[in-house]
Amino acid sequence: MSTTRTIDASPDTGDPRRARSDPARKQRPPRRTWRQALRRDWQLYSLAILPLLFFVIFRYLPMLGNVIAFRKFQPGGSVFGEEWVGLRYIKMFLNDPSFWQVFTNTVVIGGLTLLFCFPTPIVLALLINELRGRKVKRFVQSVSYLPHFLSMVVVAGLVMEMLSVDGPVNQLLRAAGNEPIAFMQEAGWFRTIYVSSEMWQTVGWGTIIYLAALTTIDDQLYEAARIDGASRWRQVWHVTLPGIRPTAVTLLILNIGTFMAVGFEKVLLLYNPLTYPTADVISTYLYRMGIVSNSFSYAAAIGLFEAVIGLALVMSANLISRRTVGTSLW
Amino acid sequence: MVTVDRTRGQRVFRAVNAVILTGVVVVTLYPFINIVARSLSDEFAIRAGKVNLVPVGFTFRTYEFVASDPTFWINYRNTVVYTVVATAIAMVMTTCYAYVLSKKHLKGRTFLIGIAVFTMFFSGGLVPNYILISSLGLKDSIWAIVLPNAVSVFNLLVMKAFFEGMPAELEEAAAIDGMSTYGILLRIVLPLSKAVLATMVLFYAVSFWNSWFAAFLYMSQNDLFPVTVYLRNLIAGATTGTSVGADATDMTVATNIKSVTMVLTVIPILVVYPFLQRYFVKGVMLGAVKG
Repeated sequence: MSTTRTIDASPDTGDPRRARSDPARKQRPPRRTWRQALRRDWQLYSLAILPLLFFVIFRYLPMLGNVIAFRKFQPGGSVFGEEWVGLRYIKMFLNDPSFWQVFTNTVVIGGLTLLFCFPTPIVLALLINELRGRKVKRFVQSVSYLPHFLSMVVVAGLVMEMLSVDGPVNQLLRAAGNEPIAFMQEAGWFRTIYVSSEMWQTVGWGTIIYLAALTTIDDQLYEAARIDGASRWRQVWHVTLPGIRPTAVTLLILNIGTFMAVGFEKVLLLYNPLTYPTADVISTYLYRMGIVSNSFSYAAAIGLFEAVIGLALVMSANLISRRTVGTSLW
Repeated sequence: MVTVDRTRGQRVFRAVNAVILTGVVVVTLYPFINIVARSLSDEFAIRAGKVNLVPVGFTFRTYEFVASDPTFWINYRNTVVYTVVATAIAMVMTTCYAYVLSKKHLKGRTFLIGIAVFTMFFSGGLVPNYILISSLGLKDSIWAIVLPNAVSVFNLLVMKAFFEGMPAELEEAAAIDGMSTYGILLRIVLPLSKAVLATMVLFYAVSFWNSWFAAFLYMSQNDLFPVTVYLRNLIAGATTGTSVGADATDMTVATNIKSVTMVLTVIPILVVYPFLQRYFVKGVMLGAVKG
């Protein structure tokens, strides 16, 4: 009768999946049974039917579809596979050296992306915040947001043109008296290209939230710091950075959650067999295994592994930040 | 003494800051300008590595060449159709659900929100999705692009936050006057939500315009592709193993054509960009605060 009620009552100890997201727990309406609720709000519930169907069919069914990681799957047969095979596919990829290769690549690319693309928006936001002219500020912001709105295909195209043998980068190299480099064909360059293009694409957009957080810092804090004789650097250190810390922690949690899902589309567009040794990541590997070579169960096992790690990462990041800095997503 | 020192330090800082931010602006814009210059340049100049910020050997020939390809126009039209249909459906779904979720008195609301938010952190993955879409018979149809992306949870949370911020009195008054929930939503709430609706339309339209992977995955016929897949095939054609030893002339022609196609794909985004600019910051902040 009142399942939601009990969930509401135990926000901190309950299953995080349920206790996650309700910001309005405080003002509780009077107790109401389902029958009363339905009679009163059936029109509202009816509006939720189609979206719920969407979530069930296109989000939750595929989650269940992951059982084919433990079942033999026949193309054209049941969506949920034919017969149980236990951990066969899990063992298969754990013993597959190519899997560990792409696992390492994923961790390295994900780690580099986090290392470079998480802090740069903070720095850029601080710099933009120091600009005095409103128009200049607006202009810098407008320009820096632009790459966010491009299709990944266009981004990949731009990267390739910039780095092509006749492109601007090689023109510079040639002007400096060097041999041109076929960047896209060399495995050693892939990570640099990936991370720097990621930065190009995301850094401006990333500043929005920090700039918003910066405007919420009370001016009196700066004034107090100035009266205490704090230099600008110390003001930044003791007032500005603590002011945007909750925002930064939240974004860090989100970034850690997507750590394993490193830009699948971009890698798929930018890599080629010559750069597989450094470029191939879990998601592209399972794409080739599953969709291109039709090893559906094997690929599903890898995908499940990836998704579980992602969920575990975001949950532990959340837990750690709640324990240590007191900020968390739920 | 102290004040003089500080202002000098500040002046140095401002100069350094101006240099850094100018650098950021230049680096951000450079690839666009380079592509436009390439799209308007003579192929021999490109091959010689002479084209940088200004077109060399100015010509519209490549534009004419791309425009004379019927497949390009079919795919461009497909993109328009997919974007319009997908955005319309996504708007209806998102608005309905966001409105429901914004009603704090609703029993089971926490559960309804949880269902949506959980999918942000855990998803079925590529292969089960592929199997599902195939077995539903959606391959090679517009629905393979539209239906699986009908609700973006991020947009949903932005809208929910907006609806929650609306004064409840108006709706209560309408309810007392005997208006149904549907009527309240259509005649009271939506007319007051034009700003957020415009934001959402832009968000969805841009993401559908830019999307390519769903079409790439689920469509196998040339005349069903959106323009992004057309562009992807151009790009991939010039980077797979075959092109390494390919004839140089072929490669430069492809470079020209790629640049033109990129420009033509991006132009609609640039056209709506000023509007995007106006709304999206607000939208992102709403989502960030409440999400």
